[in-house]
Amino acid sequence: MTTIDTPRAGDLAGAPPVAGAGPVDNYLTWTKGALSWIFTLDHKRIGVMYLTGVLVSFLVGGLFALIVRTELIAPGKTFIEPETYNMFFTLHGAVMVFLVIIPSIPASLGNFVLPIMLGAKDVAFPRLNLFSFHLWMIGALFTVLALLLGGFDTGWTFYTPYSTKTDVGGVVPVLFGVFILGFSSIFTGLNFIVTVHKMRPPGMTWFRMPLFLWAVYATALIQILATPVLAITLMLVGLERAFQIGIFDPAMGGDPVLFQHFFWFYSHPAVYIMILPAMGIISDLISVHSHRHIFGYTFIAYSSVAIAIFSFLVWGHHMFTSGQSALLNTIFSAITFSVAVPSAIKVFNWLATLYKGSIALNTPMLYALGFIFLFTIGGLTGIYLGTLNVDVHLHDTYFVVAHFHYVMMGSALIGFIGGLHHWWPKMFGRMYNENAGRIAFVLVFIGFNVTFFTQFMLGSQGMPRRYYDYKPEFEIYHFISTIGSYVMALGFFLTAIYLLHSLFRGVRAPANPWGGRSLEWQCTSPPPHDNFKTTPTVGDCYDFSVVRWDDDENGYVVDRSQMDSSTESSGSGH
Amino acid sequence: MTAIDANTNKTSDPDGHGHEGHASENPFQAHHFDTPQQQYESEKLGMWLFLGTEILFFGALFAMYTILRANEPEVFSYASQYLDTILGGINTAVLIVSSLTMAAAVHFAQRSKKGLMLLCLWLTLFGAIGFLVIKYFEYEHKIHVHLTWGPGFYMPVDEAEATAVGDGGTVLTVIQEDALAVSEEAGKLAAEAEDSLPQPVQALVAAVPPADASSIAPAAIGPGGLSGVDPEAKIAAERAAAGEVEHSDKPHLEDERLPVNTHRFFAIYYAMTGLHGIHVVVGIVMILWLIIRGMKGHFDRRHYAPVDNGGLYWHIVDLVWIFLFPLFYLIH
Repeated sequence: MTTIDTPRAGDLAGAPPVAGAGPVDNYLTWTKGALSWIFTLDHKRIGVMYLTGVLVSFLVGGLFALIVRTELIAPGKTFIEPETYNMFFTLHGAVMVFLVIIPSIPASLGNFVLPIMLGAKDVAFPRLNLFSFHLWMIGALFTVLALLLGGFDTGWTFYTPYSTKTDVGGVVPVLFGVFILGFSSIFTGLNFIVTVHKMRPPGMTWFRMPLFLWAVYATALIQILATPVLAITLMLVGLERAFQIGIFDPAMGGDPVLFQHFFWFYSHPAVYIMILPAMGIISDLISVHSHRHIFGYTFIAYSSVAIAIFSFLVWGHHMFTSGQSALLNTIFSAITFSVAVPSAIKVFNWLATLYKGSIALNTPMLYALGFIFLFTIGGLTGIYLGTLNVDVHLHDTYFVVAHFHYVMMGSALIGFIGGLHHWWPKMFGRMYNENAGRIAFVLVFIGFNVTFFTQFMLGSQGMPRRYYDYKPEFEIYHFISTIGSYVMALGFFLTAIYLLHSLFRGVRAPANPWGGRSLEWQCTSPPPHDNFKTTPTVGDCYDFSVVRWDDDENGYVVDRSQMDSSTESSGSGH
Repeated sequence: MTAIDANTNKTSDPDGHGHEGHASENPFQAHHFDTPQQQYESEKLGMWLFLGTEILFFGALFAMYTILRANEPEVFSYASQYLDTILGGINTAVLIVSSLTMAAAVHFAQRSKKGLMLLCLWLTLFGAIGFLVIKYFEYEHKIHVHLTWGPGFYMPVDEAEATAVGDGGTVLTVIQEDALAVSEEAGKLAAEAEDSLPQPVQALVAAVPPADASSIAPAAIGPGGLSGVDPEAKIAAERAAAGEVEHSDKPHLEDERLPVNTHRFFAIYYAMTGLHGIHVVVGIVMILWLIIRGMKGHFDRRHYAPVDNGGLYWHIVDLVWIFLFPLFYLIH
């Protein structure tokens, strides 16, 4: 198998050290044994390990969701007790937020592609990167420990004073687990910022970076600035439980609304930790799969940074009904509205990129188009909730549940799965069954909308969130919603089956199956251990005029002869 | 001055795939960096970003301090009298001097002066340990007289315990100083108590260790909730005023002016100084690591980034204390 811009795989100096390691030097076969993975410093392997952890957590969190939805299919008790139900919706939220969505794109896909896209050999601090992953594992183990010690029923938000009072045994372990997960997130963000600043090869200027890198960079800024506040807040809740320090507990003179402020100072930016990298993926997916130069590159890049800045100024919109002053409410409401501006800039630029593009409806592209649809609904319903008087009616109803599922799942997770399909051939060197992928997308997309659009209706009619039981008039909506969740689950199980199948039976992937122009498509699939033997040439990563299909290759190649030499500058990137 | 040799070697060596370093001019250059300069700048930026997260980490607590203080200024102005300004001041000086020696260690590392660098690192280490020792005596005294967080704050002090503290060498001065303050208050209190009828002994509520926080009624322990002055305390206060060391225990519970929710001052005091103390412990481990590597001769003018970055960390630990000291000890 040959590659386009790098030397032939066989030319790479340093033959694979392991006998029988396949014809091509790649990171998967570089060394063997479980320990060579657990203690690897290779960002690609760390990314794959994160991916495994995230997908397993996604399965677990998804099963919890199915349990919750099944219980809610009819009023009254269906099959679990109210206390058990409380634990399951809490676990669903905590697992999905802290173990799945937050690490999904930056830690797994980001770790894998960020250095390659940048043209670097690795992230700036490989040991710190491994340490982040080990912290993630320890945090996940504490969550499991919390389950074994009696579970926790606080909701993923750990609101005081309930979280300091509830007598289930797993609250302190899960607080500690999330505390540790927070540091994993901080160190990943720190690593990425330094990598983007200092590891760019000559020619890779800021405005030649793929938009995914801009998004991951903006995400990393939020990760390092917001997460410490969550860490200290959860530490205080733990101390409150253990020593009754009286900071948040009103019985001791404490202030529970102070907890809400601290919690949302992190957790609202955390929503953008989830959505920003997904937006970055979509920017690249839309451009690559419609074979058209991204429209408004600088606007999309700056809008990522703008969203990162706005994300710190809107946390108060979670407390419109918590007794905040009218002035504060007005200010937070206004700033919340203004987040719509950079978000809309992205959406319009994506649509403009599609215009007159040569759109290939590959699975990743389907997810990208689905993202635009779902994110638009999720974003616009956010405007409803940011409106003060409307929020009084909708606060803590299923409308909120539907809104944040459209954003966190319909957008962030759909973006993650789109990116996973986009880079899957690069990560594992195998193509998955394209038709199965399309069918699974349709199931997920329809299932998602059936599940959550009904919840908008439920919420606007007053169904409160987190309730175990409900009035009979809500039954039809809950029934439809539960059926939708089964359809979605079917789609995800199909996805799991064809992706696993592709690992063993998939067609070998070419270096560039989609016609991408960024640097990761210039190395073999899977990439070699060192990413690039020689420092790669950096061009305009959205200029598809020089990319053409090659039958011998069964993939796309970059036609060097057509390349305008002026676009291949070699200015200093440092 | 530029202490880093500009190594412009762009080609990666053919064999060095491991992260264990390779045959470059600088044995500590990791293989994924092109030049030592790039590695130095990356490590420096990484450390500055980490310090940014530290500021946010403590920043949340400083924000909490501000909010609590704004809501209950009387608690803070009252309770700060129980902190020992002398010991706090000594600790501030110790930390500032250790920051100076740390800066000097970086200075000597940059000039390849191994012996002086190690001397300065040792001095920094002693400063860090000294800080914790003094802090330990401060904590120990307060915990013995139940100037603590939460329900413990409202537990009466055991006589034997208080005496035991009084026998301690360094702690003695602390007791003495507090005793003077307490004796004045006790005197005033006794005068007032003659005019008004002694309140029902609501402090007995506090005497029963509460099983759970909800059973505590903070309002009951406010200004109205004192138990009057018992003769023993009066005697003890007089003796303390006369310069004798033994004095009444549980001074804060018997003070008529004790504001509601004073325990929250100590909650945030222990949270913030405790978190700072943990950072000092981490700093001690880090300085030891630097000393060990320094003794192996790992640092010279080409490679001193660990000392430099360790110094940055130590300075932020110092800086946090420089804010903590006035906020807790000096402002009334």
